[in-house]
Amino acid sequence: MDILEMSAVELGRKIKAREIGALEAAEAALAQIRALEPVLNCYVAVDEEGARRQAAEVQKKIDGGMQCGPLAGVPMAVKDNMCLEGMPATCSSKILENFVPPYTAEAVKKLVEGGAVVLGKTNMDEFAMGSTTETSAFGVTKNPWDPERVPGGSSGGSCAAVAANECFYALGSDTGGSIRQPSSFCGVAGIKPTYGTVSRYGLIAYGSSLDQIGPIARSVGDCAAVLEEIAFHDAKDSTSVRRRDCDFTSALVDDVKGMRIGIPQDYLGEGLDDEVRSAVLAAAKALEEKGAVVEEFGLSLVEYAIPAYYVIASAEASSNLSRFDGVKYGYRAKGYEGLHGMYKKSRSEGFGEEVKRRIMLGSFVLSSGYYDAYYLKALRTKALVKQAFDKAFAGYDVILGPAAPSTAPRLGELLSDPLKMYLGDIYTIAANLAGLPAMSVPCGRDSKGLPIGLQLIGDCFKEKNIIRAGYAYECTRNYEMPGLAKRQAAEPGRWEVR
Amino acid sequence: MANVITDETIEYVGILAKLELSREEKEAAKQDMGRMLDYIDKLNELDTSGVEPMSHVILADNVFREDVVVNGDAREGMLKNAPKQKDGAFMVPKTVE
Amino acid sequence: MGKQYETVIGLEVHVELATKTKIFCGCSTEFGGAPNTHACPVCTGMPGALPVLNRQVVEYALAVGLATNCAVNQYCKFDRKNYFYPDNPQNYQISQLYLPICHDGWIEIETAAGKKKVGIHEIHMEEDAGKLIHDEWEDCSLVDYNRSGVPLIEIVSEPDMRSAGEVIAYLEKLRLIIQYLGASDCRLQEGSMRADVNLSVREAGAKEFGTRTEMKNLNSFKAISRAIEGERIRQIERIEEGRKVIQETRRWDDNKEASYAMRSKEDAQDYRYFPDPDLMPVVISDEWIARVKARQPELRTEKLARYQSEYRLPQYDAEILTASKHLADIFEETVALCGRPKEVSNWLMTDAMRLLKEHGQEPEELGFAPQNLAKLVELVEQNVINRTVARGVFEAVFTENVDPLQYVEEKGLKVVSDEGQLRQVVEGILRENPQSVADYKAGKQKAMGFIVGQAMRAMKGKADPALVNALVKEMLLL
Repeated sequence: MDILEMSAVELGRKIKAREIGALEAAEAALAQIRALEPVLNCYVAVDEEGARRQAAEVQKKIDGGMQCGPLAGVPMAVKDNMCLEGMPATCSSKILENFVPPYTAEAVKKLVEGGAVVLGKTNMDEFAMGSTTETSAFGVTKNPWDPERVPGGSSGGSCAAVAANECFYALGSDTGGSIRQPSSFCGVAGIKPTYGTVSRYGLIAYGSSLDQIGPIARSVGDCAAVLEEIAFHDAKDSTSVRRRDCDFTSALVDDVKGMRIGIPQDYLGEGLDDEVRSAVLAAAKALEEKGAVVEEFGLSLVEYAIPAYYVIASAEASSNLSRFDGVKYGYRAKGYEGLHGMYKKSRSEGFGEEVKRRIMLGSFVLSSGYYDAYYLKALRTKALVKQAFDKAFAGYDVILGPAAPSTAPRLGELLSDPLKMYLGDIYTIAANLAGLPAMSVPCGRDSKGLPIGLQLIGDCFKEKNIIRAGYAYECTRNYEMPGLAKRQAAEPGRWEVR
Repeated sequence: MANVITDETIEYVGILAKLELSREEKEAAKQDMGRMLDYIDKLNELDTSGVEPMSHVILADNVFREDVVVNGDAREGMLKNAPKQKDGAFMVPKTVE
Repeated sequence: MGKQYETVIGLEVHVELATKTKIFCGCSTEFGGAPNTHACPVCTGMPGALPVLNRQVVEYALAVGLATNCAVNQYCKFDRKNYFYPDNPQNYQISQLYLPICHDGWIEIETAAGKKKVGIHEIHMEEDAGKLIHDEWEDCSLVDYNRSGVPLIEIVSEPDMRSAGEVIAYLEKLRLIIQYLGASDCRLQEGSMRADVNLSVREAGAKEFGTRTEMKNLNSFKAISRAIEGERIRQIERIEEGRKVIQETRRWDDNKEASYAMRSKEDAQDYRYFPDPDLMPVVISDEWIARVKARQPELRTEKLARYQSEYRLPQYDAEILTASKHLADIFEETVALCGRPKEVSNWLMTDAMRLLKEHGQEPEELGFAPQNLAKLVELVEQNVINRTVARGVFEAVFTENVDPLQYVEEKGLKVVSDEGQLRQVVEGILRENPQSVADYKAGKQKAMGFIVGQAMRAMKGKADPALVNALVKEMLLL
């Protein structure tokens, strides 16, 4: 089997057994990157030297018989909103174009300590605001299944890189569906853990009460293995939760007998593409055939989650992004007048359109006279959404539905209509509001050949339920790879990223 | 559109958010914000009386750090990204008249 | 001015807490240090950095709240106050608006008309800003984040004060309470205690408050008094001229003795407070409150009583010593080393207070070690030096914290009690002053004092005065 087509866990095992060299794995991934990046643009920065150096270090440890994590030597990628000491962290924004953080995000640090080989930083919607990876200041990322289409977003670079075999797994972040929706569009698996499971220290914040880092890989098994590495209690993040049940790989059991699975009717109604509906219901059927108890139910409040989300996320973003002011780091405009002139010019030139739109909205809903009507109203709605899920989880172990209303749209299609783009998050947003773990697993393709994602949502701290359901479902089918992801002949010569 | 955003509102929000929009951007922002607020007004259909606003989903409290110095001089790292610096400090346009 | 006006004053007092580290990160709060050497990703607002609350900040805030008779919000939270300024690295300040830690307290002050209660509206915890240094050479400002994130409590009073005198009494009382708790050293000059004055005037007898202004940049009691007087007159003049007082923030310039408005069109004063999603709520249990109460150190009234009973000091002494926590601490530590409380008290009350006044300093600024005062007391006690010399030694202790024993030896200040040497000196004086000898013999007792004085001077004050006295008396009778 080609190295590039191995799962992350399998590759890790072979590197540990010294059947494959860490450097060999890194070179294979780097060659794939060199070959495909001109088409796909998954990365904003590739660190070839660094990757080789890390691979050599890991190899030395393994050769010396030292203890290494299960993923030691496996080449991976990090979304560009996470800090890595010595590597630029841009959030795909001009305002951070030259920012090189002097520290590493705690989740990334865990992986690096375990021997991860970081290939580079992946493209995203600017500050994770978007659903297509088209709002990046560093170019659009293309979908490996059809380069005329978007990979989804905001973790589009990570998902496309995983799908195109440009890395074995990647980290993404999910504020309103930013891991699950692009995973669905790219035909890979991705988990957004329970809020508080993975440290946010070093993740450049968008909506602090909603943001969570999670794994993206080609299988549920790989996702569980990565999540097991990055889930820990971090004293540097006040919202980090102390958990004892982070042995997620123990849930990789092909057995769903008696598992109660609920499908919200609200997730199957108007606006859902027919082919997506059929694929999702077929997946439910497959689980039912394995012994799960599947039924439809009314979740309620689904249409209120999006407006509540946009109020909360924009409000938090308007405050989180005020630190980008040209004083301490990042972009400072030229030719300004006075302090406030510098602020305004730097921010207006440094931020893209979508980011400015959300900062404006967020500042407005928090401003004097509107706080109660918008912000508090949204927080009350959030409480009701949480209650609705609490009620649902009294009856079901897992909630099943689509990850997105459609398969990947064409480039530019959603960008022209922000509201339509926001509506695309309808099935993913509620899990962020309620802090719930949720994942997307590939469940077939539509007539255009584009991947469809199945979403599984669990109750707080019940990742194992969705991992078990996802794994059991995955066992019924084979992983499908875009044709383009087959190992490409390495292009001669070097090329520059960006 | 039920929410009509005035020029003054856009101007005011621009001061709060420190954003300076071009004339075209302002027009677009008025439209966008009006549409978004119309959409957000959907929340008014919900009766939320008696519901406590929920800021944190995970219930935890008293997350503390002990009062022990753990950081040393890290000035070089803090300053190396500064667009302008002088004498170990961040340099900005003067703040007093 | 025909009409009578009443001045209504409320204060917002910021106090820097005496923690070792900042409120949300493990950086030192130590004063001084080169710019940005006590700064980390958290207190410089780096992307991705997150705050974690220092437990000691809650302890101190709670202690101050309980000592000022406040009710405690047993569920309290932090909010973000959003505004752009370079000393505020995140461009939001983490503070408390909706659920501050303490509220509805009071303290009692002494006024000319007797005791008066001043209400405390609330106490909240927040982070301090960095420092801006204005660089005239480059025509720019430089930002130093060493102070950014230093913990503060803001104590907001009710508008209960009516004069500068009451304001100063309130501040002194507040300062004393906080110093006694060890929660802050409360130095106005260094900025560890800062007061913003909210002031309005109204016609005597009016029920409604007038429009108030807020004055900032007041860094001494004198500046506060002058600013209150200046603002009172400014507001009355406006009203008398038929103009309105505008609600605004004004900056006091103590050199020009005038205030000016701090307004700009870029300053919307709309802080868009909302709960900080990065911080969890603080829940203060009944047990926690009981624990802080039990640990509450002796406050001034108790100390005052103890000084009179345990140390047998007069009330006057006890009042002066306990009026500053620092002074009281020096007193107690010195007495623990050398005993003799009245003697120690005398040094502090007379010589130390006089020198402070001469140097224009506060008791908080006393910098010598109690060990050195104790040594001085012992040197006098053992008659190694006499009182006159001791005064000079104390001055050296006060200004340079010298070791008195070493100082006395180096300068050769020990008492001379060699009878033969003194006898020679007295003989010489008597020989040079026959008129005085004659006067004494004629019954003028004063003349003896003169001769003793001359002898002491000749000995450069180092002679044992009792011995000199005895010798002069004896030799005059010859």
